[in-house]
Amino acid sequence: MVDIWSGIAQAFWLVFTLDAELLEIAGRSLRVTLSALLVACLIALPLAALVAVKRFRARRLVIAVLNALMGLPPVVVGLIVYVVLSRSGPLGVMGLLFTPTAMIIAQVIIIVPLIASIAHQSIRDLWEEYHDLLISMNVTQGQKIQTLLWDSRRALLTAALAGFGRAIGEVGAIMIVGGNIDHATRVLTTAIALETGKGEFALALALGFVLIGLAVAVNLAIHWLGRTEREGRW
Amino acid sequence: MQLFPMQAIAIESRRRGQRLVGPIDLTLGGQGATVVIGPNGAGKTTLLQLLHGTARLSAGQIDWACPTEEARHHQAFVFQRPVMLRRTVLENLTYPLRLRGVGKVRARQMAEEWATRVGLEPLLGRAAPVLSGGEQQKLALARALICQPTLLFLDEPCAALDGRATREIEAILQAAKSQGTRLILSTHDLGQARRLADDVLFLLGGRLHEAGPADTFFNQPETEEAQAFLRGDIVE
Repeated sequence: MVDIWSGIAQAFWLVFTLDAELLEIAGRSLRVTLSALLVACLIALPLAALVAVKRFRARRLVIAVLNALMGLPPVVVGLIVYVVLSRSGPLGVMGLLFTPTAMIIAQVIIIVPLIASIAHQSIRDLWEEYHDLLISMNVTQGQKIQTLLWDSRRALLTAALAGFGRAIGEVGAIMIVGGNIDHATRVLTTAIALETGKGEFALALALGFVLIGLAVAVNLAIHWLGRTEREGRW
Repeated sequence: MQLFPMQAIAIESRRRGQRLVGPIDLTLGGQGATVVIGPNGAGKTTLLQLLHGTARLSAGQIDWACPTEEARHHQAFVFQRPVMLRRTVLENLTYPLRLRGVGKVRARQMAEEWATRVGLEPLLGRAAPVLSGGEQQKLALARALICQPTLLFLDEPCAALDGRATREIEAILQAAKSQGTRLILSTHDLGQARRLADDVLFLLGGRLHEAGPADTFFNQPETEEAQAFLRGDIVE
């Protein structure tokens, strides 16, 4: 209990004094996670819409695989990305291992199935509702996808937030591919793991509270920007 | 764009081996309102969907006076339960215009004109899904008419509406008809059929039992089934 209070106090102090190291780590956490989220959304949302509206032979298989990949173990993803990016791996020549880019790649792989699956459910429901109207209006496949993505944007925001939550709390994969290098790839979660390993529970807890605060703040900001719950039924 | 005459030759719709509609032969000219009547399950909706091209023909063919793809661009469809885009009334009205490449300013102008015409002007900024049933149907009708279709299909447009909303919808339809829009609507409301129809198609069990001018159908129906339906008997 003392550790918790001490953690809260230390978290408050770190934030209040704008601790330079904390700001650097928190900034990197946000940069990596938001970059991964942006890339993942650019892949997952059109993919979800396409799977919802297009009829093709392997459609059910694609949906089943996306759902199954939601439970992808991050450590395994980290390991695979490590092997691919390591010097002897197929993409080793790019020199990405132990860089924030490698962490972004791992996070993207982890959250794309999650965002795509949640988005697919919402878009499929909306497609059911819009199907006859859009068919009768002769819309093209592109216009269909554009309309569905725009009109389900609030549900897609939830999918994106779920992806953000998963990515910002991720530790296993990014520890492997990032290496937790000070001033280079250290982020809040890997710093927490390090401080816990060193027995610095109060500092670890402080970083944990900062992480929670950051996640909640970003969620609230996105909700506020998306005007969720403020525009009636849709 | 010349769509008519439209000729449907032995058109059929089957699902899982069961015949829903047809075979039906039909020729439609380019004027007035054709009302498809018949009891529930007669195949009215399926026939409209087949003619519009949103349901696949199991057999037969439909010939328009122009290529089918072009003909579809000059048609619109209003559903029994209006489908509202999760957008404002204004955005619902501008949607089909924007799809056709109409500029933002012009689309907004036209949307405002149509909203005034159907009495939805005060609701332009309101979310369409929260409108009442009558308002939604008026919006669906305005959204269908805003692109000035040559042919408008309506599937029981007043089925769930009260008398006042029905009167407003019928007034919009009469205005559209007088401006040259060809109407094909289904209904099982005989009163509405009498008020709107120039021609009648009487469907029963997926088959076309009688087709002809409204006056002839209502005053001298040829088949026993049509006579029974007009008397108010239950026909299946």
